[in-house]
Amino acid sequence: MRSSKDSASTSFKAPDSSSLQLNDQGKLRHFLTIDGLSKDTLIDIMDVAESFSGVADQAVKKVPLLRGKTIVNLFFENSTRTRTTFDLAAKRLSADIINLNIATSATTKGESILDTIRNLEAMQVDMFVVRHSDSGAAHFIARHVAPHISVINAGDGRHAHPTQAMLDMFTIRSVKQDFSQLKVAIIGDILHSRVARSQIQALNTLGAKEVRVIAPKTLLPSDTNSLGVHVYGDLRTGLDDVDVVILLRLQRERMGGALLPSEHEYFECFGLTEERLAYAKPDVIVMHPGPINRGVEMDAAVADGPNSVILQQVTNGIAVRMAVMALTLGHNATGHQS
Amino acid sequence: MNICIKNGRVIDPANERDGVQNVYIGEGKIQSIGRSPNGFVAKLTIDATDKLVMPGFIDLNASLREPGYEQKASIKTETRAAVAAGYTAVCCLPNTKPVLDTPAVVQLILDKADLAGYAKVLPLGALTIGLEGSTLSEMYALKRAGCVAVSQAPNNNISSQVLRRALQYASSHDLLVVLKPEDVAIKDDGCVHDGAMSSRLGLSGIPVSAETVAIAKIIVLAQETGARVHLTGISSADAITMLTRAQFDNIAISADVHAYQLHLTELDVGTFDANYHTSPPLRTCADRDALRAAVVEGVVSVSSGHQPHEEAAKQAPFPSTEAGISGLQTVLPLMLRFVDEGLLGLSQMVDRLATGPATILGLDLGNLTKHSAANICIVDPDKTWQVDEKNWLSRGLNTPFLGLQMKGQVTHTIVNGRVVFKK
Repeated sequence: MRSSKDSASTSFKAPDSSSLQLNDQGKLRHFLTIDGLSKDTLIDIMDVAESFSGVADQAVKKVPLLRGKTIVNLFFENSTRTRTTFDLAAKRLSADIINLNIATSATTKGESILDTIRNLEAMQVDMFVVRHSDSGAAHFIARHVAPHISVINAGDGRHAHPTQAMLDMFTIRSVKQDFSQLKVAIIGDILHSRVARSQIQALNTLGAKEVRVIAPKTLLPSDTNSLGVHVYGDLRTGLDDVDVVILLRLQRERMGGALLPSEHEYFECFGLTEERLAYAKPDVIVMHPGPINRGVEMDAAVADGPNSVILQQVTNGIAVRMAVMALTLGHNATGHQS
Repeated sequence: MNICIKNGRVIDPANERDGVQNVYIGEGKIQSIGRSPNGFVAKLTIDATDKLVMPGFIDLNASLREPGYEQKASIKTETRAAVAAGYTAVCCLPNTKPVLDTPAVVQLILDKADLAGYAKVLPLGALTIGLEGSTLSEMYALKRAGCVAVSQAPNNNISSQVLRRALQYASSHDLLVVLKPEDVAIKDDGCVHDGAMSSRLGLSGIPVSAETVAIAKIIVLAQETGARVHLTGISSADAITMLTRAQFDNIAISADVHAYQLHLTELDVGTFDANYHTSPPLRTCADRDALRAAVVEGVVSVSSGHQPHEEAAKQAPFPSTEAGISGLQTVLPLMLRFVDEGLLGLSQMVDRLATGPATILGLDLGNLTKHSAANICIVDPDKTWQVDEKNWLSRGLNTPFLGLQMKGQVTHTIVNGRVVFKK
């Protein structure tokens, strides 16, 4: 953040920034955002995930790495699939896991969140997996937890969804290997997407050749280029010669906010069909964080077609989350020896 | 009580005065500057050698939180913070609970301020009942009760039609209208400037157009109705361009910027630091530089934008925190820093903080004219102090400058000839 400050002389403070998620040795102790992490850290996560991906194939799908640790899934926003994969990841690492779904309405005041955290801390937990509708919620909690507790961001507002981005990178790597040759196009609601922000940061950190976003202007942040992407307004040019297509889920409420006229028109302009997929390279892979709106973001034929790796993403999600849990609990103040 | 302020550098742009002189105060008024009046015997002599002697500052935009939000602050705590910051008069916004829309609330605020005995409070009455933007307040009654202007701040939640009529009505009572230019529909749920940082952090952005669309409307209506309008807390380069043009066209419109806007930008939001959640938002370096130029050129005055909060108001994820900085006590050091950078003269600084605001309000304040009320602050410009709980008098510790060294310490503040602050 310091580097982008063109007139630091008149500024009063140095931003505390990404150091929050790293310990003194520069290792992950929280996992809050891809922003600010090194290429080595991202590769490390993928390598550890790879070592865990065999666990699910064993008769006993468990390793004793986090035995005796207590993990709390702290979900202030509804989620089924993300929560389930964190749940499974924790169980396969032999940790104890508690699922808490806290309706946001009960915690509109910040002190309630802090109260929740304090209470759970008093029960000697080791990790919070946090989802919240406010951007910055995971940072806020990480700033206030006791030093031995790790925080994993399972999605905060429009800001970040770093485990989703890492499972996507892991999936891309397993098919395409070398990021430096890849052109990647992300289609859809970039403005409201925490997934897109984390994916863009991860792809750029891993050295992807080109990252494109394809969307109408109403679904783009005001300064999209500053994210390190090329902006395209249509699929024909945007998909030309790409190796990876990532679709984003379109939320119904976008129509209400005068951002789009209709799902129908969105599909007309940005929906992925087999015909349009032909603009891309023949061996292109198609990804989607789920859940899919068939007939809105993409045709069923594409979702279920030979280029789709959507179900592999789901499978990889567990190994990647195991990796992040193991790494952060391994690097925090107390370690994970049990 | 007769007071003599000796050997200070007296800076009084209203009288084009800047030099080392003695100031003689008696019967609450300035008796003389320079030569001692006949038979004057000082009961108190203040040695102001190497210090600045200036008219007390006048804040155009502060929320004092009383009545209604005493968990955040009170008139007593904030007027005390004000005098410690060199302010002798503070305009309070009408966003109290109940809203400052009746003479009874005006009286309550004036009584509380009198009782506290620190800075004068200049109430800004609500432009519409409950600040709801639908029914005009009894502006004449508010004026008689002591309001110096009427205002829809801190919101601009008002339709074009009601705003137009409110300006017409206010101008028929010769009342200044203070507006915060913000189109609430464009602002929507925005919490930071719509730009690189909002894109990166995934925070809802407030586009510059939220400010400029409102200003365009206000300028047109001010011209049509002939109302005197003051825009408080403008934040963008485009707003400065529009304002300059309107002033060139002789439209009766003035403006202020909050002092912190001259130093901070959107980049300072860093990683969701809620102390940088401000309203209006911190904008780009180019915007900040345009605001600085406007202060230098005298296009705008400088206000504190004081919004003290209790700790819990900032203890939440960024978008859920309340906007605002407890600004009073850092205005002077921020302005002196600006002076130190060689961009602004001390006399200009006093104009933007005292003389200019007094002119905007049409009050005989902000000057050291003979026989005027003695409202004075004395400042040691080289003394440094740290922003910490010990030195902080506002009840709201919500400042992004916490822990930092500030240069410029008020040593004495005099209101109506009475020393109300001394350090």
